[in-house]
Amino acid sequence: MPENPDSALIHARGLTKRFGDFVAVDAIDFDVAKGESFGFLGPNGAGKTSTMRMIGCVSPITDGDLEVLGQDPTSDGPRIRSRIGVVPQQDTLDTELTVRENLVIYGRYFGLSRAECGRRADELLDFAQLTERANDQVEPLSGGMKRRLTIARALINEPDLLLLDEPTTGLDPQARHLLWDRLYRLKQRGVTLVLTTHYMDEAEQLCDRLVVMDKAKIVAEGSPRQLIERYSTREVTELRFPAGVQETLNGQLDGLAERVELLPDRVLLYADDGEAAVAAAHERGLQPETVLVRRSSLEDVFLRLTGRSLIE
Amino acid sequence: MAVMTRVVELRAMQYRRTFRASIFSSFLNPVLFLLAMGVGLGTYVDRSGTANAALGGLTYLQFLAPGLLAATTMQAAAFESTFPIMAGLNWQKTFHAMYATPVSPRDIVIGNFVWIGFRLLLIAVIFTIVMVVFGAAASPLIVLGIPAAVLTGLAFATPIGAFSATQRNPEKFNAVFRFGITPLFLFSGTFFPISNLPAQIQPIAWLSPLWHGVELSRGLALGTIGRQPVMALAHVAILVAIVVAGTAWAFRTVEARLVRG
Repeated sequence: MPENPDSALIHARGLTKRFGDFVAVDAIDFDVAKGESFGFLGPNGAGKTSTMRMIGCVSPITDGDLEVLGQDPTSDGPRIRSRIGVVPQQDTLDTELTVRENLVIYGRYFGLSRAECGRRADELLDFAQLTERANDQVEPLSGGMKRRLTIARALINEPDLLLLDEPTTGLDPQARHLLWDRLYRLKQRGVTLVLTTHYMDEAEQLCDRLVVMDKAKIVAEGSPRQLIERYSTREVTELRFPAGVQETLNGQLDGLAERVELLPDRVLLYADDGEAAVAAAHERGLQPETVLVRRSSLEDVFLRLTGRSLIE
Repeated sequence: MAVMTRVVELRAMQYRRTFRASIFSSFLNPVLFLLAMGVGLGTYVDRSGTANAALGGLTYLQFLAPGLLAATTMQAAAFESTFPIMAGLNWQKTFHAMYATPVSPRDIVIGNFVWIGFRLLLIAVIFTIVMVVFGAAASPLIVLGIPAAVLTGLAFATPIGAFSATQRNPEKFNAVFRFGITPLFLFSGTFFPISNLPAQIQPIAWLSPLWHGVELSRGLALGTIGRQPVMALAHVAILVAIVVAGTAWAFRTVEARLVRG
């Protein structure tokens, strides 16, 4: 039945989602291989969540082809859903139940026996570092704990594919790193991860390969390193000028680097040698308030591809 | 079918926390009502010759109690099919979490209605026990008043549940209670026979699902149901039809809500 090789867990061609006249996802193509960690990077409203919901078989596709685990979401939704784990953007935990009960009942939805649910719940509580909170209510948990519980819940059916929609949005840095560590462990165990994010550092940390989405379309595809090599320079120099000065610089920045981007609050000079760009700026008599030379990131890739910042 | 039992299991798991308080109030509610209206008010009513004639020789308590049984399940059903549905679809979003698993929107609908059926059954059983203790049950057929009351409740729970799934916030629930449940509670033959209403208004009472439930439950409690078997069957048929239509409507609204995300 599958048209594509068994290695592709998700296979999409011309995948489209429309809500009335609004095109949320516009004929995108992508494949996700088994064991891969695949990301959709893009700003809010790019179509990432709509794509994830189609993969998760909870939102019917409008047009195009989509195969998940070699099956058709339109006709095999429940069977596909039985083999995937979903971490939605918003927590959907049951606040009337305890932490452990949330896991147990979720296992029951997959038809697992109570004993099996209990066994897996205890294992997953350990994995999510929530064993001490097992019998507590969900409400007082921190945001990071709730996210870890949601991830643990998504693993109760030992899924072949884990879908994570903005897994760390709204978490503080420490909680994010703890979560990334857990996801990295899953990746090492061979779990196929598909995630959406608008954080470039998250994409760089977790994704083997990613597509950049903007305005319902895929605008680039590759590993984080490939994308940076292809669409940016090795280094970036950020210059900040005193208020009002940047507007008066027109022309003075031309040719300082391979590419110059003017953002509302700073100037970005794209050059493989950042220090040389700083020196060139000083030679022209420019007096920035602060200077930062850094390596290129996916943020720069996104800026290059779309002319806009990821987080606005 | 097997999958919807998981939904019932969730609701039962949630209910464990409020079980005791809920059982207590299920007892307290009929005790208070039968005491105040049936015994208290009833003493006055029973002294009046016209009332005696209208009630056909029954005590007011005997007349009132089976009507209240049906009305009580209606009220409980309305509550159970508004806020918990709102919570599952909009507040906690637990129904969305279920939908990410092999559980289908239809399983979610059926599971919730089956659960509401259990809740109503518990309420009706307790109410009936209280009725018997008060001497308000004239016939052993009152036992069948229990399923009749559950059916009455479900005739409210299914369409109200379907409506709840179309709402993003509970603002309109107040209107459902104020302009739907409360007038029906008062004017469906629970407290007085609808023949006491002005002739032009009486047909409106026939449209009330509660009136069918009250008639059914009263006929059983008093043992008079056999006098008009066709009417009894009609009451059952109408209530069943509402449950079927309400469930079909809920399939559509709940699925639409879950698909929208």
